[in-house]
Amino acid sequence: MSAPQSGKPGWRSAFVGGMRAGLTSVFMVVLVGSYVSIGALAHDLNFPLLWIVLSTVLIWAAPAQVILISALGAGAPPLEVALAVGLSGVRLLPMVVALLPVVKAPSTRPRELIVPAHFTAVSMWIEALRLSPKLPRTARIPYVNGLGVCFMASATIASVIGYHLAQALPSLLVAALLFLTPISFLISAVRNARVTADRAAVAIGVVLAPLLAWRGVDLDLFWTGLVGGSAAYAAHRLREALR
Amino acid sequence: MSELGNLWLYAMLILVGFLPNEVWRMAGVVLSRGLDENSEILIWVRAVATAILTGVVGKLVVFAPGALATVPLAVRLGAAALGLAAFLLIRRSVFAGVATATAAIVLGMLLFGG
Repeated sequence: MSAPQSGKPGWRSAFVGGMRAGLTSVFMVVLVGSYVSIGALAHDLNFPLLWIVLSTVLIWAAPAQVILISALGAGAPPLEVALAVGLSGVRLLPMVVALLPVVKAPSTRPRELIVPAHFTAVSMWIEALRLSPKLPRTARIPYVNGLGVCFMASATIASVIGYHLAQALPSLLVAALLFLTPISFLISAVRNARVTADRAAVAIGVVLAPLLAWRGVDLDLFWTGLVGGSAAYAAHRLREALR
Repeated sequence: MSELGNLWLYAMLILVGFLPNEVWRMAGVVLSRGLDENSEILIWVRAVATAILTGVVGKLVVFAPGALATVPLAVRLGAAALGLAAFLLIRRSVFAGVATATAAIVLGMLLFGG
């Protein structure tokens, strides 16, 4: 993944520091639980083990992987699957845009930003934004890469364990583990909400998307983002104006 | 699964899994160049992303995948609400919220079937 840049002093200790922060993060529990359930889901739908490992390393987004596995498993048309995965991934854009200015230093080369961008997922993003500002700027990229490697490696191992345990795991446990991704995302979104726009968006999104999907509206997540997010932003502007 | 079926699955992984997801991260790399973290447009962009994120949450809870689908909808909604309440009441701890929601869904399944 990330080529070791041993020429820079402190790179290794910052990287190890990031890995250590990952091991003690609450998201470690969430990731391991979620990926055990994703491994079990992939096994139940007859996906090869290598496929699920690659999907974790390449996609690195639990909802997209759940969508991909269940949609391909159900024989959905590829274009429809690509659209659903693409829509669930839209959140990654503003997450990357918000994270990179925090972790980069004036000496950072553009290509050094590719790896932290690939590691960006809800879990890594929340911990990176919370922890990396405490470090000197030059240590931040290796630190968040260490965090990303730690999270991704643990998730990959968890998915392999889940794949092998699929038949032994009681469905009660698998269901509980499948619940970890949505509930941890919801609570993290509430915790990270800074302004009215964020709080309104949390509430509108969680109601609007299932409502649109239930009404059979196409591109439900797209409209949820565009209409719901804009309404949340409008509420924010209104509140600012009335202040 | 047959060799051809396997090959098709890996092609799908790249074409309809990896690419439509990764394109957003790489677009983020490009767009982050000139943008300030506190610029006004980012508040809107973040609101759009947050609505989609919790939209994904809503869909995963209401139209649950796999084994989660066997849990009654009311139990799923109740467990999510309890988890959120626990997070707000117990020092805004994500761990407390997630643990409460998970315990609630297990308890709900034991009590109301699943």
